Amino acid sequence: MKVIYTDVLVIGGGLAGLRTAIGVCRRGHDAIILSLVPPKRSHSAAAQGGMQASLGNVTKGQGDNEDVHFEDTVRGSDWGADQQVVRMFVNTSPKAVRELAAWGVPWSRVRQGDREVIINSQKVTITERAEAHGLVAQRDFGGTRKWRTCYTSDGTGHAMLFAVGDQAIARGIPVHERTEALALIHDGKRCYGAVVRDLISGDLVAYVAKATAIATGGAGRLYRVTTNAVICEGIGAALALETGVASLGNMEAVQFHPTGIFPAGILVTEGCRGDGGLLRDASGHRFMPDYEPEKKELASRDVVSRRMEEHIRKGQAATSRFGEHLWLDITLLGRAHIERNLREVKEICQYFLGVDPAEQWIPVRPAQHYTMGGIRTNHTGQSPTLRGLFAAGEAACWDMHGFNRLGGNSVAETVVAGMIVGEFIADFVASPKGEIDVPTALIREAVESERAKLDALRNARGAERADAIKIEMQQIMTDRVGIFRTGQDLELAVHGLQELLLRSRNIGLRHRVDGPNPELVTAYRTQKMLKVALCIAAGALARNESRGAHFREDFPRRDDATWLRRTLATWEKPADTLPCLHYEPLDVMGMELPPGWRGYGNKDYVDHPATATRAAEVAAMRERLAGGDRHAVQAALMPYEHLLPERLRGRNERIDEALP
Amino acid sequence: MTTEHTPPVAPPVSNAPLRKLRFHILRHDPRNPASVPHFEKYEIDEAAGMTLFLALNEIREKLDPSLAFDFVCRAGICGSCGMVVNGRPGLACRTLTRDLPADISLAPLPTFELIADLSVNTGKWMRGMSERLETWVHALGEEADLRRIEQPMDPDLADRIYELDRCIECGCCVAACGTARMREDFVGAVGLNKIARFALDPRDARSDADMYELVGNDDGVFGCMTLLGCHDVCPKQLPLQTQIAFLRRKLARQALGRSRPEKS
Repeated sequence: MKVIYTDVLVIGGGLAGLRTAIGVCRRGHDAIILSLVPPKRSHSAAAQGGMQASLGNVTKGQGDNEDVHFEDTVRGSDWGADQQVVRMFVNTSPKAVRELAAWGVPWSRVRQGDREVIINSQKVTITERAEAHGLVAQRDFGGTRKWRTCYTSDGTGHAMLFAVGDQAIARGIPVHERTEALALIHDGKRCYGAVVRDLISGDLVAYVAKATAIATGGAGRLYRVTTNAVICEGIGAALALETGVASLGNMEAVQFHPTGIFPAGILVTEGCRGDGGLLRDASGHRFMPDYEPEKKELASRDVVSRRMEEHIRKGQAATSRFGEHLWLDITLLGRAHIERNLREVKEICQYFLGVDPAEQWIPVRPAQHYTMGGIRTNHTGQSPTLRGLFAAGEAACWDMHGFNRLGGNSVAETVVAGMIVGEFIADFVASPKGEIDVPTALIREAVESERAKLDALRNARGAERADAIKIEMQQIMTDRVGIFRTGQDLELAVHGLQELLLRSRNIGLRHRVDGPNPELVTAYRTQKMLKVALCIAAGALARNESRGAHFREDFPRRDDATWLRRTLATWEKPADTLPCLHYEPLDVMGMELPPGWRGYGNKDYVDHPATATRAAEVAAMRERLAGGDRHAVQAALMPYEHLLPERLRGRNERIDEALP
Repeated sequence: MTTEHTPPVAPPVSNAPLRKLRFHILRHDPRNPASVPHFEKYEIDEAAGMTLFLALNEIREKLDPSLAFDFVCRAGICGSCGMVVNGRPGLACRTLTRDLPADISLAPLPTFELIADLSVNTGKWMRGMSERLETWVHALGEEADLRRIEQPMDPDLADRIYELDRCIECGCCVAACGTARMREDFVGAVGLNKIARFALDPRDARSDADMYELVGNDDGVFGCMTLLGCHDVCPKQLPLQTQIAFLRRKLARQALGRSRPEKS
């Protein structure tokens, strides 16, 4: 049996995993990254439009700061987020942009003087300040009050991933490419690493580490129609779930992006609408202002996606041979703008649709896009129930997105979480708590158990086909656990998925080799994916309210009185067919921004009994400190800075805000 | 604005009857001593809007579960699915079958280590290239104070760097390169483009002389035979021809000792 020892095992080679590994290495610890694919091919590369950070360089971003970013994010989350974690995030995001700038990301920059932009379908001239010339530029995105999204044309994720990937190479961090973790090694209290399969040779290796960090991204491929890459199958979440000890938070919170191209589901960025693009129906009518007079096309994603499906239900969709869809019109932005700032969009339209978006409209329909839920951690990124297990990025629920994530906050979260969690992991492995004393029998048994499962799969003569079960699961998720949900549909979904889970235990393979064997991979992944899908469906069935992206037609109101709490799912025994659901309440009395109306979407909600008290308390405190320093006001309302790693504390300098 | 009255323009849909597609796929498992490289034939029905991503998945699902190939983003941005399509390297995910004849031959990218069938180890090659050429910003001084406003950069220069930064390391340029077939250590257009990208970047402290050390030889810019297959096949239309010519001039000047010490 081969065993590899290291300080920190990072599972996942996208932006969150890479940045986490860099963080622990710069503190003097060893790390190994496992990646299904070469890291620069990770799904992080697909982030197009940009990363939110309140730099406030552009004219339309003037007055922006952490406070505004904080409020936008909490409103976006429909008050599901952990507000202290949001504060940690918004204070670190400008530092992340500046670190990436130093590492070579070619951020698009501000040019001083007049420029013409499209706002609410009107041409407007704005003037950029001379003192901002050459600084990182920001564009508009949904659900934000300021232009805050920093970008590199529409290849932001690509540029970030290459810069961070190259930093990992510069530091000599080993990436074990084409390897896949099959199970965590643990004793029910502490995690010791993972059993890992080499996808080329089929060999199993035990990786033993003081800390194990899961940064495997989202679970979009549980759905048939998704913007996600084919590797985003929620396997990291399943690894944690299968321990029976670690929990998954808010898995029912699944985001649907308004503009997946139809029918392929490939993403075109929110930057299209941020830069002035419009949504139109079959007759060419711009319909969003009818539903959302305040934010129009730039309400949060959950709201825009719902309004689009609502409009389609009213019979206003365009139709093609593939079905019903709506149109995204960016022709008004002009060819020069598209070829400079939306060039990936142009390529995607050209190759996959045969459309020139400077001349023609783009067929779009909402598609699964983001997994707000994930492995439940505290603010340090560590599982509260399985010591030594950490998670960061989309795979984690530490929980900065609540029930809806704002555009531009995910690629920002990857690097910010990597910076923060990387520091905490370094602290952990350097401390006595980080020591491990692992029985070799535990390692051997973990490897033997995975070997036995693989052999059983390879030798089984079961009647079930893995890919057929996977496709049925994806269909159930898209049909019944989508944008509009009902109790009836969700019950059918849960039962259907349970049946599939049972059937998946009777899979037979046609191709039995142990090396590069795509059918074997589909088989063991499908068994894992079904458990994660059941967490989503069961969580959605239990949550009798509508919050953020979770919308129940039979319970259309947000119900803070009952549901201002986080769903936690665990999988107690391997033979189970349902997760156990538990709940942890959010503390209204500790909130800096007590629950209210988001500023877009449904105005009808049920208050938590403590909301009025806390709102009065916050108002009184604000009044008492009125005219004072905004940092002092913030610190009085909800202190958080002590939660940040020391290296990342401190204010952020802006043109309009000098450091003290 | 009068755009409310612009008629929506539907994507063009070919009226040609859908065809039977015959795929001829090069199969081989180098880890299996009994495996002999050979073309295997698969026949499937073409569908509207079918890409090679969809076609290969259908073949694997319905006809042959053992067929190995790589896709990740399936949107033309991650560079995983480079393969030789009817003799020409390209990204399979964004190749539409309607642009190909009914007989389609697929082979793995040459030059790279074969994993199986259409899957090659571009990742290992690219990491090796990155380590040799040190494809990262070599910072000028101490780490930046992250609380401070970032260093300004000319907006046009940022755009020019991004233009070269768009490389997705798919390996098509290496597969199309005559020199790479003959010289195992040739850095390829992908490597030369990276050097050009960092040479352009004022945040990188390396001088022309440093760059000469990295690519001023026959495994670098002087190994290029100017066949420019790289330029023709690059899926991102990077200006590889211009960059190679530019580097060659710059480094020849450097070799002759006429370079300015600072970046031009």
